[in-house]
Amino acid sequence: MTTRILRRATAFRHRLLGGWVMTILLSSLAILTSLAATPVEANTIRAVMHSSLRVLDPITTTAHITRDHGYMIWDTLLGMDDQFQPQPQMADWSVSDDGMVYTFTLRDGLKWHDGGTVTAADVVASFKRWANRDGGGQMLMDHVESVEATDDKTMTLTLSSPFAYVLELMAKPSSVPLFVMPERIASKSPEETLTVEDQIGSGPFKFVADEYEPGNRVVYEKFEGYVPRKEPASWTAGGKVVNVDRVEWINMSDAQTALNALNSGEIDFLESPSVDLLPILQANPELTVEKLNALGSQTMGRFNFLYPPFDDPRIRRAALLAMNQTDVLASLIGNPEFYSTCASMYGCSTPLATDAGAPPSLIGGGDTEAAQKLLEEAGYDGTPVVLMQPTDVPTVSPQPVIGAQLLRRAGFNVDLQPMDWQTLVTRRASQQPPAEGGWNMFFTNWYIPEVWNPLVNPMLNGRGKDGGWFGWPDDPELEAMRNEFAKAGSDEERKMIAERIQKHAFDEVTYLPLGEYSIPAAWNNDLSGILHSPVPVFWNITKSE
Amino acid sequence: MFSYCLRRTLAAVPVMVVVALFVFLLLRLSPGDPAAIIAGDMATPEQLDRIRETLGLNQPMYLQFFNWSGDLLRGDFGTSLMSHLPVTTLMAQRLEPTVSLALLSMALSVIIAVPMGVIAAWKHGSLIDNAVMSLSVLGFSVPVFVIGYILIKIFAIDLGWLPVQGFSRISEDGVGAFLEHAILPAMMLSTIYIALIARMTRASMLDVLGEDFVRTAHAKGASEKRVLFKHALRNAGVPILEVIGTGFALMITGVVVTESVFNIPGLGRLTVDAILSRDYPVIQGLILVTSGAYVLINLAIDLSYALLDPRIRYQ
Repeated sequence: MTTRILRRATAFRHRLLGGWVMTILLSSLAILTSLAATPVEANTIRAVMHSSLRVLDPITTTAHITRDHGYMIWDTLLGMDDQFQPQPQMADWSVSDDGMVYTFTLRDGLKWHDGGTVTAADVVASFKRWANRDGGGQMLMDHVESVEATDDKTMTLTLSSPFAYVLELMAKPSSVPLFVMPERIASKSPEETLTVEDQIGSGPFKFVADEYEPGNRVVYEKFEGYVPRKEPASWTAGGKVVNVDRVEWINMSDAQTALNALNSGEIDFLESPSVDLLPILQANPELTVEKLNALGSQTMGRFNFLYPPFDDPRIRRAALLAMNQTDVLASLIGNPEFYSTCASMYGCSTPLATDAGAPPSLIGGGDTEAAQKLLEEAGYDGTPVVLMQPTDVPTVSPQPVIGAQLLRRAGFNVDLQPMDWQTLVTRRASQQPPAEGGWNMFFTNWYIPEVWNPLVNPMLNGRGKDGGWFGWPDDPELEAMRNEFAKAGSDEERKMIAERIQKHAFDEVTYLPLGEYSIPAAWNNDLSGILHSPVPVFWNITKSE
Repeated sequence: MFSYCLRRTLAAVPVMVVVALFVFLLLRLSPGDPAAIIAGDMATPEQLDRIRETLGLNQPMYLQFFNWSGDLLRGDFGTSLMSHLPVTTLMAQRLEPTVSLALLSMALSVIIAVPMGVIAAWKHGSLIDNAVMSLSVLGFSVPVFVIGYILIKIFAIDLGWLPVQGFSRISEDGVGAFLEHAILPAMMLSTIYIALIARMTRASMLDVLGEDFVRTAHAKGASEKRVLFKHALRNAGVPILEVIGTGFALMITGVVVTESVFNIPGLGRLTVDAILSRDYPVIQGLILVTSGAYVLINLAIDLSYALLDPRIRYQ
């Protein structure tokens, strides 16, 4: 009897365990053997960009992802080639002999995604909206007498005073390019951000509104009505020939997940892989890892000129001497293959590159002793330096830590305050004293095209509390030199003025340029024809079957 | 029963009002400005002011609250400050991934954990019991993202059986594609709940297995299977159901890590994105909806007690 009960119990236990295990195993096997990883569809490029697309208006915001979105669906009036030269894109131009009248003529075949024809009235409205918002555009408007559509295909811009940088500003690739929008959309104020319904352009791709999921996915389809220029593509100039049917931008917040997806062929293109993970991508023969933006980015520090201690130029100079680019870049990027020291405020691969005014210590390891001495001479009283440290964005979180250490070594009393990036963005707009919600110093990064000349470089704006960039230096001498630069007629003259400006900016320590870096993109070898450009573009790319 | 349900539902109203007020104030008093986020790096203070004005953020706080509450009473959760899409559209886009993943994970957890707990209790003190308890401790202790990456390494990268990321909707791509994408995240997500439910099941079963009626059932010659599952498990069911219900509610709102590791466009990631961009209407809408879900799930759990234990009656 006992044996029978035991046997039954054992049999039941086996049945229970066996049935349970078998059910799970069989179910798993059935699923696993019947399914395999889905390959990316042919003629669709799946790309993971550097961040998710939240705002759909490339004029209201300076967010790079929105600018990149702009290049997909809107065309630009002018383009810029890899020789830094403005080129015709939607329009060709002519300039009057006295340099005061610019005439832009639209090329044939320009259509909106909803079927309408692009007219000069659309261009005028787009120009005004852009010029209202963009720093360079605002400076240009100070010299403009009128902008008008003289016929359906012609826009005439008449200057009120000489300004030689018209075409360069209108062709600049970042951060707010002159995208041309339909007049009804461009008539909105720059503060009224565009909606999903406003995503009508004349660019090489169409925005697929039905498939837009903010924070997850943006879908573009080839615009069959787009007529590209005949010239070869170069940066944002030349023919925007689209060779694929669709482009999908998929947001992946986790760097490891994005890497896995590229390695397994689930995505085709990864714009900004984590530097730490690059060796894994480089080891995969099916992938190409290459710098697309050879100009790279500049990392920099900015002082608040309104409050002690950085309202004193001697103390700013002490901070400049305390800094060294190598330590900052090593902590930010790590691998020297992807960063370089650079004493130029305009970037080191640009026509205006110069080391004028830069102390040798900036790229030579710092000069703590000189900084200590200068700080003492300036009578620094230990006023705390409120240094904002964003902890959630890897490309801006190491600089404050290293910066604080270098400043402390020189004798500064640093109050390093951790916060998220969005808090920093809000707080840096405050002109209150540091103890009342203000600040003394922060760090950020710029694409080189955003700093490559004195007109577009926001840190070289000396307009003070009204019209200046965060930190608000009030520097009429700097402003006078920028105006001189804008009127300079030759490249040699511009370069000389740019050097003077940089020398002055280093003397006043308008900001701390802390070197350059360029992170390569990675893509599947099925893609070819990817353009090297300061902004990521998806025309010219072919995907093999 | 009906009046009980009605009373419980009505009692949730003041809770939701307090939640709404709390969330509204918390967001407005915390640092961060959506206008600065929209404008980007180059905005001047004047431009920021104009954007705030366009968004209605420069109105007095009480006015903003009354406007929002009024819209809410009409069923309008507002529109996102960033994308200008209705909050309900954004939530609808993210609801299916989160709910379907939570359901699959909970089903997986129950299927695995309940038998584990029953067997561990049945074989109390044996090797199997110790193994189940050790696995349970492991399930609690190992961070879920570690489990996720290990699963990806084995099943997606090395074996190539499953995709490393992404999500397919049952409504669009069918059950097969859904399972293909959801099975690994569900395994990752269910680990901690398997540990939790297995422990709870074991503890409840141990209590019940010592009761007189179990001995009586054995004495009457009832089979082991009948004693365990018909008599013991049913009587041990109330605390197990409590854990399952609470776990489900937590899954709906707490899956952000899983969603990030597997790139699933669910409510968790929407919440984090909205918080990072200070998208007030989206955050407010999400918190209100998830609070409502908590209330409803708790009500459902309470009501289900009566099904397991006829002694429980609601007045």
